Amino acid sequence: MSELEVVRAGVRTTVQDLGRPGFAHLGVPRSGAADAGALRLANRLAGNPPGAAGLEILLGGARLRATRALTLAVTGAPCVVTVGGRPADPGLPLAVPAGALVTIGPVTAGLRVYLAAGGGIAVPPVLGSRSTDTLSGLGPDQVRDGDVLPIGPVTARPPGVDLAPYPPPAGELRLRVWLGPRADWFTPSALATLFTAAYRVSPETDRVGARLTGPALTRAIDGELPSEGLVLGAIQVPADGQPLIFLADHPTTGGYPVAGVVDPADIDLLGQARPGTVISFVAAA
Amino acid sequence: MRIRRAGPSAVLLEVADTAAVFAAYDLLTAARAEGTLRASEIVPAARTVLIDGVAEPDRIAALLETGRSAAPPSAAGSPPTIEIPVRYDGEDLDDVARLWDTDRAGVVAVHTGTEFRVAFCGFAPGFAYLTGLDPRHHVPRRASPRTRVPAGTVALAGPYSGVYPVASPGGWQCVGRTAAILFDLDRDPPALLSPGATVRFVEVQ
Repeated sequence: MSELEVVRAGVRTTVQDLGRPGFAHLGVPRSGAADAGALRLANRLAGNPPGAAGLEILLGGARLRATRALTLAVTGAPCVVTVGGRPADPGLPLAVPAGALVTIGPVTAGLRVYLAAGGGIAVPPVLGSRSTDTLSGLGPDQVRDGDVLPIGPVTARPPGVDLAPYPPPAGELRLRVWLGPRADWFTPSALATLFTAAYRVSPETDRVGARLTGPALTRAIDGELPSEGLVLGAIQVPADGQPLIFLADHPTTGGYPVAGVVDPADIDLLGQARPGTVISFVAAA
Repeated sequence: MRIRRAGPSAVLLEVADTAAVFAAYDLLTAARAEGTLRASEIVPAARTVLIDGVAEPDRIAALLETGRSAAPPSAAGSPPTIEIPVRYDGEDLDDVARLWDTDRAGVVAVHTGTEFRVAFCGFAPGFAYLTGLDPRHHVPRRASPRTRVPAGTVALAGPYSGVYPVASPGGWQCVGRTAAILFDLDRDPPALLSPGATVRFVEVQ
């Protein structure tokens, strides 16, 4: 079996696929790649099915070595990549010879680099997924220096693409929002604020949620909300009025009102939103 | 009943009480099993059922109407009662006894004498919110949460009883502990307690 040796893991590298939906009623979070589109693209370039497991490398800065020749693809946040000491292009299938060192430089924008290996990372699945869930602890441990990751059998040849272009992460995001399910728990002026004010991504942002700072959203209903199910992209407003947008590792239920839901098509942008990114909201549909 | 939209592909069904949550959850999971509803998640909670990953959320209302006017829910599928052995030696047992105006034995008698039902899961994989306690036995959370509650701790908060599947911080009143494994990845389903299951606690020394 082919293997990927982790020489340097970087600040926080995890194995991610498209998560484990279908178990929320048992309290199991969805998890999966924070920028699922980037993982899908990396898999396509590496000749994998879209849901194969790859590496999610927060802020880049990792070194890897393949025990056998394999195909790698790097997508997501922009960074300098080298294979065997030569510059290599993100967004292209990369033929990596046996023993060659692959370096992933620090990101120059965005947050997360995705690396797919032809055959996929073949750690044992947990409830149908190889994703590390940072909230519940399900799935493989965070990747550490010296880990040796098994690579599965190659199922298809990489596609003959020139270069898969994708836009770099922006410093300002306009996210489409569907009001509800609990918009009526907020004052009309709070909802007007949501659609006019600029928020910033806080440094406390992680795979559970993008925490925002900006004008507090005041409630029209003060009572306690019994816990209810949460969707990906839910904009939850805790007691301090500062919105939090739930991402891949979000809890399955929560007890603070959800003012609106970020359109699923815009979630990947949040998975790449660095602290300080300016966020504004526009009404969806 | 009220249907609230939760984004383009989910609805939050809000109902009157826990009994209505059970009825809606049974109806929706049956519709999914029959193929009349396609949804990636059906998540019951205290007063709501979230239906996520639906292609046509506007059809949920009609589905619920036809479902309710059709045959009443049968009891044929009711699962067996799950028994959980408990050693009642929790750190908050005396506090709960005081709140219930009884003694330790009185708390044990009420807790083992109650037929609980899993209203919903959340907080952690396999953590079940168990309903069934009489309102006079509802208790507040602890004033200050503990930083670590061991796995298997049996506890109370608000209208619920629950068992911590893994060690975690927690603010519930701890009354005992069990050796039962609440969440086991080698079991199908992995959670011992799924929504709708009936549960009894049995005292062990």
